[in-house]
Amino acid sequence: MSGQRVLVKGVEAIALGALEGGCECYFGYPITPQNEIPEIMSVELPKRGGVFLQAESETSAINMVLGASAVGARVMTSSSSPGISLMSEGFSYLIALELPCVIVNVMRGGPGLGGIEVSQGDYFQAVKAPGHGDGKFLVFAPYSCEEAYELTAKAFELADLYRNPVLILSDAILGQMKEPLTLEPLNIRKIPKDDWALTGAKGRPSRVIKSLFLDSAELAERNLRLKRKYQEMEREIRFEWIGEGSERVIAVAFGSMARITKEAVLWLRKMGYDVGFFRPITLFPFPKRVLREIAEKGNPKVFLVFELNLGQMIEDVVISLSGLGKAISIPYPPSVLPFPEDIEKEILKWLNFSPFQGA
Amino acid sequence: MEKEIRYEIILSGFGGQGILFAGNLLALCGMYQGFNVSFLPVYGPEMRGGTCHCTVIISQREIASPLVREPGYLIILNLPSFLKFIPRLKSGGLALVNSDLVRIEDISEYEALSVGKRVVSLPLNTLAEKAGASMAVNLCALGAFNGLLELFSEDTFKEALKEFLGKEKAHLFEVNLRAYEMGYRAVRELHSG
Repeated sequence: MSGQRVLVKGVEAIALGALEGGCECYFGYPITPQNEIPEIMSVELPKRGGVFLQAESETSAINMVLGASAVGARVMTSSSSPGISLMSEGFSYLIALELPCVIVNVMRGGPGLGGIEVSQGDYFQAVKAPGHGDGKFLVFAPYSCEEAYELTAKAFELADLYRNPVLILSDAILGQMKEPLTLEPLNIRKIPKDDWALTGAKGRPSRVIKSLFLDSAELAERNLRLKRKYQEMEREIRFEWIGEGSERVIAVAFGSMARITKEAVLWLRKMGYDVGFFRPITLFPFPKRVLREIAEKGNPKVFLVFELNLGQMIEDVVISLSGLGKAISIPYPPSVLPFPEDIEKEILKWLNFSPFQGA
Repeated sequence: MEKEIRYEIILSGFGGQGILFAGNLLALCGMYQGFNVSFLPVYGPEMRGGTCHCTVIISQREIASPLVREPGYLIILNLPSFLKFIPRLKSGGLALVNSDLVRIEDISEYEALSVGKRVVSLPLNTLAEKAGASMAVNLCALGAFNGLLELFSEDTFKEALKEFLGKEKAHLFEVNLRAYEMGYRAVRELHSG
């Protein structure tokens, strides 16, 4: 299988990445547009001595993930927007218990049951508050099959390393389109768990994994410890940047929107226009410092933030810039999918108009 | 500078005509021929008898957007698809049209719709029936399309078809190949004649 080039859907690339990352258990409940993930796992995991289980609901599935993680297994679940909301209580507990796992959200339109069209409406949920309390996921947003494969595999290692859930944020377009994928072995590391996993207390004192801390000082310390962990995760920051720094307009986008935006930017650059492209690959931690450094270079800049939602990542861009340059939200609600030509028009508009004139 | 190879193709027809099958197979052929490819099925609730389309890009360089507003090529299997996508075909673009279901004389604004565009009409249902593969109109179309463009070799096609059908549908290899060859030859004859 290794080195083989295959034509696969984005969701299939995620499943293949999970297998490459050493996933041992999958628990989930079906929902469009991610059903190919459980389909592949249901065939492949039993062959490898793993466990595939279709739960009776998302709530059950996420708690099965919690149990499997607590005993030290490499475990994952996948769902789409409404199903992810149902899991959010479990997310908070997984974070509090510092249990590693990989969660995949192939976003569709919301709120509520919404529709099955493409959307990036779950950005806030993914990066700000996956559950109650001050909990965070490490969040990756792949934009191709190659990246989906690589990042999902890597997610298992990083989840174990930080003892924290890792979220792969995909969407209906990335999930359902097919692209070539080369099945390279990725050398995903095994992280020992014998110092914390609940593996049976024979010959050692028993361990407790819990999230209830009625002693206020202890709870505060737990929270600060999580914060330090999130700061350490900044080592994992990934992004794509096309530009020299002198550009006056920078297009910012992630996931499927980044594909469409990049097409427009590459074309405009070929035509000699002064435009750059920035794509965060980690959405949490957000590549704030890099974005700020780009803003500091050369001319005052306009950052156009293209999203398939009403404007969410724009807030992280504004925070990153901390007053430098100007950030403009270009939102597209679910089902309104722009073509590269539409993005070109937006960029040209801002290339022809400088909000910094007279400055 | 040599012209960069890039084909942007929209395939469209009735649900059930095998549009997604053909698009997927076309992308696979492109990949086996050494190109970068993307295959984007129409996304949304569809049903048998409704229209269904997909976008395939075959390119020498990296493919950024899988969406295309104005494709250079169309493969059109029914009338609603013709009316929907012909206006989006690039000026100078090429449309392969199934004349069994798209009768030019029935389209009042045909001249205005197709001005500056190349339309190749072939009776794809008739040809598929002649090949003894009436269900394989899609493969007939794929053969004709490759007959026009010579994107990939017949060996590449056979390899891709075999891979795509897998073990479960291996018995459908011959009938699909016959339909493909029928379409391919029909276009070549059209051009030599």
